[in-house]
Amino acid sequence: MSEEMVLSVFRGDQTGGREEEFHVPLETGMVVLDALHYIQAEHAPDLAVRWNCKAAHCGSCSAEINGRPKLLCKTRLDQYEGQVVHVRPMHAFPLIKDLVTDVSSNYRAAKQIPAFSPRTPAPFTMYQRDVDRVQEFHQCIECFLCQDTCHVLRDHNARDRYFGPRMMAKIAEWEMHPMDTQDRREFLKDVAGLPMCNVTRCCVEVCPEHIVITDNAIIPLKERVADLYWDPIRAIFRRFQRSSTSSQPSSTVTS
Amino acid sequence: MSENRQSSGLSPVNLDTIETHDYDVVVVGAGGAGLRAAIAASEGTARVAVISKSLLGKAHTVMAEGGVAASLGNVDSDDSWDTHFYDTMKSGHFINQYRTAEIFAKEVPDRVLELETWGAVFDRTPAGKIMQRPFGAHSFRRLAHIGDRTGKELIRTLQYKVIHQNVDIFQEVTTTRLLTDEEGRIAGLFGYYREDGHFVVFRAKAIVLATGGFGKAYKVTSNSWESTGDGAALAFRIGAELMDIEMVQFHPTGMVWPPGVRGLLVTEGVRGEGGLLYNSKHERFMLRYDPVQQELSSRDVVARSIFKENQAERGTPHGGAWLDISHLPATMVKAKLPGMYEQFLSLADVDITREAFEVAPTTHYVMGGIRVDPETEATNVPGLYAAGEVACGLHGANRLGGNSLGDILVFGRRAGMAALAYAQSVDYPTLIPAQIEEEVRRVLAPFSRQDGERPYHMMSELQEIMTTYAGIVRSGESLAAGLEHLELLRLRAERMAVQGSRAYNPGWHTVFDVESLILLGEAVIRGALARKESRGAQWRTDYPEELPEMGKVNFVQTWADGHVVVREEPVEPMPEHLAKLFESDQAPGVVRQAARKANQGGGS
Amino acid sequence: MAQPLPRETRNAGPARRQRAPRLWLEPTVTAVVFGLFVLYSLWEVFFHNNGVYGNYVSPFFSPQVGRWFGMKSFIAFPVVWIPFLFRGTCYYYRKEYNRAWFWHPSACASPEPTGRRYTGESRFPFSWTNLHRYFWYLAVIVLIFLWKDTVQAFFFTHGFAVHLGSLLMLVNAIFLTLYTFSCHAFRHLVGGGKDCNSCAFGPNAGKATTSYTLWTKVSRWNQRHGSWAWASLFSVWVVDLYVRLLIMGVIHDVRFF
Ligand SMILES: Cc1cc2nc3c(=O)[nH]c(=O)nc-3n(C[C@H](O)[C@H](O)[C@H](O)COP(=O)(O)OP(=O)(O)OC[C@H]3O[C@@H](n4cnc5c(N)ncnc54)[C@H](O)[C@@H]3O)c2cc1C
Ligand code: SF4
Ligand code: SF4
Ligand code: FES
Repeated sequence: MSEEMVLSVFRGDQTGGREEEFHVPLETGMVVLDALHYIQAEHAPDLAVRWNCKAAHCGSCSAEINGRPKLLCKTRLDQYEGQVVHVRPMHAFPLIKDLVTDVSSNYRAAKQIPAFSPRTPAPFTMYQRDVDRVQEFHQCIECFLCQDTCHVLRDHNARDRYFGPRMMAKIAEWEMHPMDTQDRREFLKDVAGLPMCNVTRCCVEVCPEHIVITDNAIIPLKERVADLYWDPIRAIFRRFQRSSTSSQPSSTVTS
Repeated sequence: MSENRQSSGLSPVNLDTIETHDYDVVVVGAGGAGLRAAIAASEGTARVAVISKSLLGKAHTVMAEGGVAASLGNVDSDDSWDTHFYDTMKSGHFINQYRTAEIFAKEVPDRVLELETWGAVFDRTPAGKIMQRPFGAHSFRRLAHIGDRTGKELIRTLQYKVIHQNVDIFQEVTTTRLLTDEEGRIAGLFGYYREDGHFVVFRAKAIVLATGGFGKAYKVTSNSWESTGDGAALAFRIGAELMDIEMVQFHPTGMVWPPGVRGLLVTEGVRGEGGLLYNSKHERFMLRYDPVQQELSSRDVVARSIFKENQAERGTPHGGAWLDISHLPATMVKAKLPGMYEQFLSLADVDITREAFEVAPTTHYVMGGIRVDPETEATNVPGLYAAGEVACGLHGANRLGGNSLGDILVFGRRAGMAALAYAQSVDYPTLIPAQIEEEVRRVLAPFSRQDGERPYHMMSELQEIMTTYAGIVRSGESLAAGLEHLELLRLRAERMAVQGSRAYNPGWHTVFDVESLILLGEAVIRGALARKESRGAQWRTDYPEELPEMGKVNFVQTWADGHVVVREEPVEPMPEHLAKLFESDQAPGVVRQAARKANQGGGS
Repeated sequence: MAQPLPRETRNAGPARRQRAPRLWLEPTVTAVVFGLFVLYSLWEVFFHNNGVYGNYVSPFFSPQVGRWFGMKSFIAFPVVWIPFLFRGTCYYYRKEYNRAWFWHPSACASPEPTGRRYTGESRFPFSWTNLHRYFWYLAVIVLIFLWKDTVQAFFFTHGFAVHLGSLLMLVNAIFLTLYTFSCHAFRHLVGGGKDCNSCAFGPNAGKATTSYTLWTKVSRWNQRHGSWAWASLFSVWVVDLYVRLLIMGVIHDVRFF
């Protein structure tokens, strides 16, 4: 029981930094966040780490453990027995201090998404099978690990040109809502940067909520955008349809 | 060391350089209550800000699991507001504010539907309506939910609503003091950005406190780190009244093993979906304690039952009870309780679809809080409003599961509206510079102390004291001892010291958490000492009975010259038409249901 | 916005070095296999004018449009681009070649070449992947001919028989069918584009529509799209090689019964 683990934790800020080693006694079922709390209490009271729930519900404690983007509160320490555990901040976001990064770009992107606008106020009549699909996206805890992994944001620093997988899932959530009337396809193509994604699926690999972002959100959205911009036959068909039933609202339901 | 202190800015304060903002309404807290208040306050053209000490969407509300109680009557058509009112009053052991409960029961269905209009997607009934699940001590199936992640749905919906609204959001800003003007009205607040520690002052006509509870006062808790009762302590210090603060809810089912997850909540939804409790002798002990409602009895009863089983040495290896849902089909468990399934599998190596798991009571919720007006959520400080877990009135001596999420919606909205109306009726207040200067000095003091107490150690000692002396079981003796220990701790805590700079320094942040908690800890103990009976969440071994005369009073506390003063206030009696509901032994809806069934039976 | 850390500190540290050996393996294998297949295909369509051996037709040469129009050389050309562009625009292949050939990214959460301005699928030629559905329509037509060829592969001059070649053709046709009908664009087509599958009013309100039933099925197949993509790639390759070797007289067909 009195086994010890060695954690090598990044310490530093924008001006630079390095990893520092700490020794932590291993307890049954300990997660990496527990170890960091131990370090705070005993060795480094000013070690910065973001966390709230310690139950994998809030998505605050995202970091990179031995190079993998993970939640600190959900990653068991015992799986690294015999290894040094390297804990570093998320790489795709500007560093604030130690393990804390500036994720505000996500909130700025979120603000731009055209909001859900239902055709009538609730109560809605919607069947479970109609909402199954969007409920998957509602599982998101906004940990932004997918954003951290997505190479478009991580390596190409293209936050201004692509909102990232989390926001694609959010847009899909509204776009596929049975009661929604907004058409966000032009927005997806021109503002949110959907075409920047090259469907390489890294976001799916790291999502702690197991949301299949690429296949269930991004690709269907790409197909919807293609309906509008890359499908001459449908365009003709749509024009024909619109002139015959002019009262139809042009929502994705009818297209 | 010395260079650190330079960077922590201990030079004399220049008030002109402090970042200052003017707002009509400032909402402190971005949980459900805070966000709902901000939405209500921003309906017009008023300038509204939300301040939260964590990121948007991470507030404690996100952890709520089971659901939100509303008498929509989608699965049990006999349900209606009066039955919900009845259940709420009864579980609160009648020291709740009847008017608060009445408003709540009547308005909560609209608030839930409003969420649906804003994009929340609840689980559906076969007829395509919002699904409702049964929960402890609710007469009908009443909790709208999405799996076991209802709080997330609620906060996400409100969060995306609010960012599309005319509201400024200040994330990771901690409030350390409320500011008043010469006449004692609200004038604004003082806080700092966690990111780099720089100070900020908000001048505000009205402030809504929505800072949640203080479950962190206890060692074993389901609450997140934020639940340190800041709002209640801030308001208390400037003269607001606290009420029923001794009423701390212990949720019967928290995780027990492994140690790292001790206290983590196991949603009541597990029992709602059919989970059964066993002791080490494999007896369903709840049949003994509450033969009618069994596992779905109210929280205080189930928590105490588990505690008593352990006293009688029928507990599980780590001092709890077995909860078992493995008799249900695995696919159903995974669909209805996906979060629980995942939580146990990844953190405890337990597959709940195959085996029973250990649970034990965990600190969960604070029924007591800032005393507010039932209609407007106004406190006794002009311009100060409070809603959500930080406020008091709805839950009495025991909160019903699912009532809190409804609480934050209904009264968050009302507080926002009332604060807006008040703000529109007054001019911008005048700040008192001395208050700000004093606060700057106080906030920076821990940096200049050499070899002081470590905030983290103070925190765990405080939790130890509260758990031992003012926990699920209390007595005059234990409470008095607790008070003594707390006093000693308070003196030591005055010498808390921190290292490092002001930039994102959790040690420094913890100092203020500890200060709030010590203050509220004392209030809890004093309230518990005053209430010489057992009622709801308060269980005193020296007064094991519920006493009728105590059911007529609330204990109200004020802060005068550095001392906590406790006084009795009569519980507002219910008017005739509401009192009538309690004449029969059964909830109104249950009576109606029985009558309807009898009629149908007679007709056929 | 600034990068989180200065470059030296960013990519240094044993964490990254430790994983280095695994990182290049997968994309490299994929790159080599894809590369070999492309080289093989070029050799096949540029240097051969016949893909028929008795009742066997190589998938590279079917349907024989070139022959119908009396082409003398490059007879595979009129059709062979269809399956190529179908695969080239396929969402699964896009993932694989973006990772393996362009290293965007070579592996998740690892550094990748950042030199040129990355534009994802927003510029030509990658923007043309949006035409995937059209290549799907065409691929379905080709698939019909392939099934015709497959049936034909069981009927020899002396009548029905099962040879190794016939079985290979059958397996190939099955893989190709699974691959084609598990396509993301098809999934969108049958119901993915709709937001509501039972909102109809009237007597059918709340009942699942046909498109919903189809969409659920296709969604299930779609989860294995990648496996079918690899399986059918190899089956095409094997069948073509088999027919080619028969034509060249290197091997002889094996009869089972
Ligand atoms: C695990 C769990 C499960 C639950 N399940 C249910 C359930 O199923 N049904 C139900 O009805 N209830 C449930 N509850 C209770 C319910 O979730 C909470 O009571 C409710 O969410 C409280 O909301 P709130 O808006 O009052 O405060 P919180 O959500 O706690 O928000 C507090 C906000 O105040 C901010 N804040 C605090 N202090 C400061 C400060 N000093 N300066 C600035 N900002 C500050 C915080 O950052 C945060 O944004 C559950 C609780 C827990 C812990
Ligand atoms: S699939 Fe798209 S969004 Fe996901 S990681 Fe890859 S490029 Fe980013
Ligand atoms: S989609 Fe998954 S990885 Fe991305 S933010 Fe949400 S939960 Fe995190
Ligand atoms: S602390 Fe909430 S997800 Fe880890």
